[in-house]
This record gives sequence, C-alpha cells and structure tokens, in this order.
Amino acid sequence: MLTKKEQKKEKIIRNALLLFAKNGFYATTIPDIASTLKMSVGNMYNYFKSKDILAKEIIKYISAYLGSKIKKINEEDISTKEKTKKIIEMYFKTAMSKPEMIDYFLRIYLSNREVFLDGCEGMICVNEFVIEVMIYFEEGVKSGDLRDQDFFSAFGLFMGYLGGMVFLKGENILPKELNDYIDDITYNIYKALSV
Amino acid sequence: MYDKKLKIIWLTAISCNGNSHSFLNYPHLEQFIDDFEFIYHPLIYSKYSLQDLINKDIECDILLLEGAISPEFKKMDEPIINLVDKYAHKAKKIITVGTCATFGGIFSQSDYAYTTGLHFDKENPTFLFKSLKHKTISISGCPIQPEVLANTIYAIQKNMDLKLDNYLRPKEFFAYTIHNGCTRNEYFEYKVDNHTFGKKEGCMFYEHGCQAPYTNGSCNKILWNGVNSKTRAGLPCMGCTSPDFPKQNLFKTKKNMGIPQNLPLGVGKRTYLTLAGITKAFSIKRLEEDLF
Repeated sequence: MLTKKEQKKEKIIRNALLLFAKNGFYATTIPDIASTLKMSVGNMYNYFKSKDILAKEIIKYISAYLGSKIKKINEEDISTKEKTKKIIEMYFKTAMSKPEMIDYFLRIYLSNREVFLDGCEGMICVNEFVIEVMIYFEEGVKSGDLRDQDFFSAFGLFMGYLGGMVFLKGENILPKELNDYIDDITYNIYKALSV
Repeated sequence: MYDKKLKIIWLTAISCNGNSHSFLNYPHLEQFIDDFEFIYHPLIYSKYSLQDLINKDIECDILLLEGAISPEFKKMDEPIINLVDKYAHKAKKIITVGTCATFGGIFSQSDYAYTTGLHFDKENPTFLFKSLKHKTISISGCPIQPEVLANTIYAIQKNMDLKLDNYLRPKEFFAYTIHNGCTRNEYFEYKVDNHTFGKKEGCMFYEHGCQAPYTNGSCNKILWNGVNSKTRAGLPCMGCTSPDFPKQNLFKTKKNMGIPQNLPLGVGKRTYLTLAGITKAFSIKRLEEDLF
C-alpha cells in the first residue's frame, strides 16, 4: 500500500511523463508540470528536488512497469515462442494505450543522455526491464529454443526492432496498426533468435 | 589422557590413492600416528596386511574408506563390498575419505558396474549400506584436505557432537563456500574478471569456470600446506567437493546468453542480475590495475 506522499509522487510522475513525452525534456518546465497538477512550484520541490531527478524517476517508473509485465510472461508455463509473441503484444499494447511510456524511453531517455549520466549509469535506471529480458533469453537458451549468443546482439535485435516499429508508428509512417504486424514480427524475431 | 588408542582401518576401493597421499602432507602426522593405531593403511606402516583383513577378524574403531565402490570390484579376489560390510559393522564410526568414496567421483565413470560412493550416487542416496548411515561421516574433496580428515578423527576421539550437512559432511568444514576467504572477493563484488590464469588480479567466476561461490568446503579457510589455495594462486575452484564432480569444461564458465548457469549458493537470479547490473555500471580504477 502506497503512502499518501508516494501516491502523490506517482501522480506527479505520470503527469510529468505526459508532458515530457509530448513537449520534450528541455521545453518542459517544473512550473508547467506543477500547473497541470494545480500545485505550487514550491510544493513540487518537496517531492522532487530537480527536473533531472524527476526525469530519472520517470525512467525507473517505466522500467518497473514494463519489467513487471515481462516478469509475468516469464513466469508463465508456455513455450519460448509464445513468450516472444506475448512480449511483443505487451510492448505494442503499451505503445498504443500508454504511448507516452515508449515515447519517453525513445525520445527522452535515449535522446538526452546528458541528463541521465549521473545517477543512471549503465543500465541502472532500466534494470528491472533489462533483467526480465535477460531472463527471457536465458530461459529460452536453457530450454533449447534459443541460440546462445552475446546478450546485446540478441537484445538489440529484439528491442531495437520493437522500438523502431513504435517510432515509425509515432511518425505516422506505418500503413497499418501495430497489432497487424505482431505475427510477422514474432516470426522474424523468433526465427532470428532460435537455434 | 586416553586409555586406549582408537584403531583405524584405511580401506582403499576404486581409487587413485590421492587422498592417502594428501594425508601424508598432514603437518602433524607423527603426532597423529602416535595418537591412533593404524591397523591397516595401504601406505603407512601398519600391523596387519590386506590379506589379514580378509582372512582374519580384526577389531576396529574407525573405518576409513577411500575410493568408490562397485559390486564388481575386488581386492585380492575379495569383493570390496564384502570387506566394507565386514569392517563397517564392527566400526563405531565410518568416514568416507574423498569425493569418490562419498559420491562416486571420477570413478563413477569407470567400467565397473554401479560404481558409487558409500551412501550417495552423485547427489542421490544409495541403499546398499543404508543401515550404516547413522555412523558415517563424509569428507568430500579431490583430494581431501588433510587437516579436515585429521580434525574429524580427533573430534571422534573426543566424542564431540559433529553437526553434519545433508551429505553427512561436518558443517564445521563444509557449511562454508570456497568463496569464503578468497583473496579475490573484491573483484567478485565489483565484477572485475580475470583474463590471465595465475595472475593475482581479477575474479574467475564470470569467465574462467570458478565454482567457489557454489561449492562447499574450507580451502580458503584452511590453506593447503598452510600456504595457498587454488583461487588465491590464480586457478579456478573446480568444485571437487561437490556430488557432481567432475564436470566438464572446468576452465570456462557455462553461461546462457550471458547469465552464469550456476549462481552463488542461495542467490536468486533476479537478485544476482540486479547486483551485477549495478556493479557493471561502474568502473573501479584500482581494481582494473595490476597490484604490482
């Protein structure tokens, strides 16, 4: 059960996430965020001491959200191929229903690295998400479905592909809905990763 | 102090005699031989011969069994399991000396049928000598550490209550992992690999097959010859006290998509990956440099 302060923090994170994803990191100010929440700027600083700190908390929030979704899939008693499809479905569903999450990841976190250098070293701020992807790969290899290889070559293939599709959708380039690509993408990714 | 010296039989089954040789390095061997009476030992002068053991009915307090057993294996035409059976029932205590006598070890891959340890076939219990389990202590290792065997025998002499683990090994020596006391622990904590065998720097768990974080034993608590251990010297722990010893590819860490197949004892996968992810994000200059 979250305390009142934690609930408020989460509310700030959700609102700030929408603004950052829509307007970009630098064009969004603390007063902008405070005004959407009908809070004073002074009160905002009681929750987050700076815009940079808020930005780091947001990426951790997204990572925890996606990580918990993949963890559920990892814990299901299904084949690696089915897991692959479910992860893709979950990712696209998030991109459709909470586009700000994926947008933030692609357009803020990956595009403004200077903001995240101190405090988000390596993959610390996206650990929960990355760990579940690692476990999906590891269990796939152990069960004999996936080929053993360097983690990043597999990670890049999987997440780069999905991120690219969501990016194209966001740019209104894709002629079809993301869901229409799930079967083909599952086939492609699984074929590329399997033994 | 003790009215009567305990009588010991050291019986060798399917073995390379490595544990006998290791025991000869016990630094207080002369004292030990003075404190106990070897009724029979294959290398140390003793009162009786193997032939006597087979033909006569000799008293014995402690039976030490070195090597794996098989119904097919004989010594001087006598099935080894008959000899074990005969003296194990007489003895007050039985000690399986080494990994072969305890789990079957490397000789479980021999041509003799059903080659196992006295009570275990790798990690699985066997039933032939089940009735003797209550008086057995296992000292696994390839070979055993001489101090571990000697101190266990002294503990028996002093009627100490030795707490044993699930494989009947004294917790005093086997409740720890080999990782305990390793001089490379800082490198392990900060995930700094070692890329050259024999070097003093770096941890060998991530790339070089070191099994110390999930192997029970005292190698880094009781140093070999009072001087060193494999991991301190720059060689990975090969897990020689474990039921599944020997494994293959001892110098390479088995990984699945970058995650070690065997993790430190009792550490969950997500816990390990979280810690590893954090430490991997930082570079500690001091640990990246040569010590000398």
